Amino acid sequence: MTSSDLPTTLSRRDFLSLGLGALGLAGLLQSGAITYQFLAPRTIEGEFGGVVHAGELVSFPPGSVTEFPDGRFFLVRLDDGGLLAVYRRCTHLGCAVAWHPTEDRFTCPCHGSHFDQAGVVENPPAPRPLDTFAITLRDGQISVDTARPQRRDHFSVDQVVYG
Amino acid sequence: MAWFTRFVNSMRPRLPNDERGRMRAVANNLILHLHPTRVPAPALQMRRTWGLGGISALLTVILVLSGILLMFRYDASIERAYQSIQFLETAVPFGSLLRAIHHWSGNLLVITVTLHLVRVFFTGGFYGPRRSNWIFGLALLLLVLFFNFTGYLLPWDQLAFWAITVGVGLLDYVPLLGEAMATFLLGGREVGQAALRNFYALHVAVLPALLMLMLSYHFWRVRKDGGIALPTPSGPVEKLTTIPHLVGIELGVALLTLTALLGFAMLVPAPLEELANPAHPPNPAKAAWYFLGLQELLLHMHPLAAMLLSGSVMLGLAAVPYWDRDEAAIGIVGRSARGREAGLVGFLLSLLITPSLVVIDEWWLDLPSLLPTWSTLITNGVLPLALSLAGLALIYALLRYPLRARPSEALVGLFSFIGGALVVLTVVGVFLRGPDMVLMWP
Ligand code: HEM
Ligand code: FES
Repeated sequence: MTSSDLPTTLSRRDFLSLGLGALGLAGLLQSGAITYQFLAPRTIEGEFGGVVHAGELVSFPPGSVTEFPDGRFFLVRLDDGGLLAVYRRCTHLGCAVAWHPTEDRFTCPCHGSHFDQAGVVENPPAPRPLDTFAITLRDGQISVDTARPQRRDHFSVDQVVYG
Repeated sequence: MAWFTRFVNSMRPRLPNDERGRMRAVANNLILHLHPTRVPAPALQMRRTWGLGGISALLTVILVLSGILLMFRYDASIERAYQSIQFLETAVPFGSLLRAIHHWSGNLLVITVTLHLVRVFFTGGFYGPRRSNWIFGLALLLLVLFFNFTGYLLPWDQLAFWAITVGVGLLDYVPLLGEAMATFLLGGREVGQAALRNFYALHVAVLPALLMLMLSYHFWRVRKDGGIALPTPSGPVEKLTTIPHLVGIELGVALLTLTALLGFAMLVPAPLEELANPAHPPNPAKAAWYFLGLQELLLHMHPLAAMLLSGSVMLGLAAVPYWDRDEAAIGIVGRSARGREAGLVGFLLSLLITPSLVVIDEWWLDLPSLLPTWSTLITNGVLPLALSLAGLALIYALLRYPLRARPSEALVGLFSFIGGALVVLTVVGVFLRGPDMVLMWP
């Protein structure tokens, strides 16, 4: 049979089975979408993800690092007085980094990454500096918005908030 | 005591004494009919299969049974999961034993399935129509690993929490879809209540159902493909009835496995670390032992590179039946004497090269600081990956040309090299990594 012999009209039987197939496909896609939406992540429970009131600027002396366990961040006051809220999630594979005051650095126990006070990588495998959270400073009061971690490829002064 | 003798006699299984009857007994039994009614005598030698597929099947049955019991006592909430395990360990009669049986069967299954793969590879069980079961088997291996992965979040101890955090962290590096996949799996940004619930549902419902379906298909294929791979016979092959020849061996192997497993579980309880603490990973924070080979790779290269390297090995394994078409070698361990030689050379080379590379990279070679102007994606990712793949190609070429092995034989060498590397990396990860993941003597 050459192509010109192919029937140009659709028989009733073919039409119906085509329709059935299309409906079946639509049903399958719908079930998939329903399952996906049913399983999709719920909103984050608890405090994490909201705005954390960290306190007064004066209570954090320059050169200090203070952990806020519930907010998952460290409030860093750099030596020049600038503020950074550093997310504690290691940028390598997500372990929690710890601050070591004696060595002046953050370390990650999982694969041994080190970061300086500003969260910049001193020792890989971490591929980029620790993420930060946005800080707002009003009347000497610090609040940190933990909704969205901000990625950065290197350190620059515009990440720092000055009082 | 006549009633007693009668009772004992009535309990004795009444096996038909003629061959036909015995064959019918196999065909008419739900479980036994997975078997053919008669098997070629060479298939019954222990050293053909080492019974590894059968042991794996037995272990999955034990896992299902002990797992169902554990479900009655386990509580999948982050406030109570750890407590419920502690309660199981200290207060529930036989709780500790059941948990140990479940835990160690899961661990043993990883070992037996891996060895089964090695056995199938070496006896050329992937030639011809068996190709599809080989590839399907690889999917089974991944499923078994994922099964274990979902299982070890459940106790909600430190290992659980951090192993899952790091494991899912890997997904973040998958381009485009990675982060969405990670959030979907965890039900949020971090490992928490939603993640525990997701993993629980996967571990007790989705994965067991999937495993049962896949195993049924696997077994059906083994029979479709004419049983296990045997050397092409030179003359007529003797066939023996499944009862008692095969079933007897299976029962023996099953009893040995059960005894060993039970003994081990009675002596060594399943480990339980401290309650999960999301603020402080333990130091060192290690994954379960069978993932430490991969974790060791992560210490040496960018996560994407480590994933691509493992992915290439998996793809390579899937390609084996297309690469090696030396079907005359079916059933001959290592293809030929030269193939076995290549295997030994590959394995020994690996025992030499892999540890040297680990040590060199740890103490001397620091590509990112040698090439400070280059992106770490290149110095820590592309370069190590390219070097590893080039190294593997070199090993293959070395076996192929100076040693004059055929492709199928050189492949045995390459397989042994990679197997050796996996063993070395796992040993380094388990025993030689101390606090901060520094290399140290145990
Ligand atoms: C839960 C996991 C698995 C179970 C329970 C299982 C079970 C079995 C059993 C009972 C057999 C019959 C022969 C024997 O006992 O060795 C078999 C054969 C086979 N298996 Fe598996 N298996 C599993 C995973 C795998 C994996 C990971 C692979 C490889 C990628 C694989 C590939 C094959 C192939 C190709 C055969 C037929 C070839 C031959 O036996 O010569 N299986 N399996
Ligand atoms: S997770 Fe921090 S170094 Fe790997």
